[in-house]
Amino acid sequence: MEILSFWTIVQLVLALVAILIFISGNAIILVWMERKIAGYIQRRPGPVEVGPEGILQCVADAVKLLSKQILKPTHADSLLYWLGPILIFFAVPLIFMVIPFSPFFTAYEVDLGILLILAFSGINVLSVLVAGWSSNNKYSLYGAARSVSMSVSFEIPLLLAVLAIAFQTGTLNLSTIVAKQGGWPWQWNIFVQPLAFFIYFVCAMAETNRAPFDLGESESELTAGFHTEYSGMGFALFFLAEYANMVVVCCVATALFLGGWNGPFLDGFWWFLAKAYGLLIVMMWIRWTYPRMRFDMILNLNWKWLLPLGALNLLGTAFVLKLIETPCIKEFLEGWGIL
Amino acid sequence: MGHFMIQRSINYVINLVKGLWSLIIGLSITGEFFVRRKVTVHYPRQVVPKEASESFRGPIELVGSVKDPSVPRCISCMMCVTACPSGCIKVVKNKAPKLTPEEEARYAEAEARGEKVKRPSAPKNPAVYEYDFTYCSLCACCIEACPVDSIRFSNELYLAGTSRDDFKYDLISRLERKAKEDPKAASELLPGPRGPKKMVAAEAAASSENASEVSA
Repeated sequence: MEILSFWTIVQLVLALVAILIFISGNAIILVWMERKIAGYIQRRPGPVEVGPEGILQCVADAVKLLSKQILKPTHADSLLYWLGPILIFFAVPLIFMVIPFSPFFTAYEVDLGILLILAFSGINVLSVLVAGWSSNNKYSLYGAARSVSMSVSFEIPLLLAVLAIAFQTGTLNLSTIVAKQGGWPWQWNIFVQPLAFFIYFVCAMAETNRAPFDLGESESELTAGFHTEYSGMGFALFFLAEYANMVVVCCVATALFLGGWNGPFLDGFWWFLAKAYGLLIVMMWIRWTYPRMRFDMILNLNWKWLLPLGALNLLGTAFVLKLIETPCIKEFLEGWGIL
Repeated sequence: MGHFMIQRSINYVINLVKGLWSLIIGLSITGEFFVRRKVTVHYPRQVVPKEASESFRGPIELVGSVKDPSVPRCISCMMCVTACPSGCIKVVKNKAPKLTPEEEARYAEAEARGEKVKRPSAPKNPAVYEYDFTYCSLCACCIEACPVDSIRFSNELYLAGTSRDDFKYDLISRLERKAKEDPKAASELLPGPRGPKKMVAAEAAASSENASEVSA
């Protein structure tokens, strides 16, 4: 086993601190963006009073949450109840470690980057279940059950979509996948795999419990779903994790499909962030456009559409890859200058 | 059978494409709203324009009579008090003016002579008209019940107070204040949702009264 050198550990600690700052700063900006977009779509200005254009509103809200009393319902399972919010936030910094913001801004390069992200995002589901179960509240339990059954089923087409890219590029290393794409949109993977991107994006919205898939919360029926009973910082952690997870799925989509840090000119992390934020804005736009779907409709969409389409897409990818590797066809394509 | 199946699957695909297209239409609608002008009125710095507040049905107010806008049309008939389901209106009738002993003696003398004496009766308009908005449900029962159209909804939008007593209105002094500001507005029944349903009749009655006075 390779022993981590001193400098690697220093680098990791620095990266972890930077990531935690990035996550909290991001959450503040994203909550503000979300509220602004919601307001603008409904023809109102959104927050305007605290700070310029209301940007400090979220800071004020955070201070309020920090100062609130933390309550635990009677007969709630203490250990699991407090484990829920910690667990949901626990995996997020780890996932950010392997996201390649740029060749320089990659906290820790791993060959199995995608696998690590997919594996640790599974903890999300577990913590939602733990939080809902331990709250001793029927709304929480319903919310958790819905959320878990949805997340678990949407993980499959998501994996299939990611796998198509992995087949195509022949690697699970996010940096390599990004490096293989070019700066212009027609050099990105989305140009070759539009269906995989579509499937990935829909599943990502479901995985992060965002409308129109926000069954875990469904304010109209379940008060607040799995985090009904949480107050103060317990709730804040769930909230923070939701936005952090949104950033994660958008960053992964950027790396896999949108060419990552590559841009038409001046490659760098700014391109990565711009693309990721573009996707986040689209996610918010979708949230404030579509109503929440019924539970069976969501699962139908998954099992009857996304899963078969994802499987077909994967098969098609494998077939085409095999085909162009066949010597005679390869020669033919090279003769025409396509490969 | 085969034909039917084909038809069905074609319809299925058509519906799917239509559904996907409708999603894009939805996004374009919200996208359009995103860039349109915002309609919020930032209250302490801006207020709603008058035209916009005209259709607002705020706490009730008294309507001034046509002759003297500072005096309500009210005839103290107590119909509004009876009609109000929340009991938030209090009306006290005016008493007949108290006669001085000399006047009393004069009337008595005239009566003794066998003349038909008409002592001054109480004025019809109320002495007190109090309205407790904290209990009012704005049901318009008083407005419906009023036989002389003396009550209407005001269009006061910005109601805020620091105590309950701020919403116990003395409608008579309020009418006097309003009549001083704008006599015409205080005495006219606005058209529209507040419906001058009995206005025409009331106006006609008032004019005929005037006419009889002139002839007398």
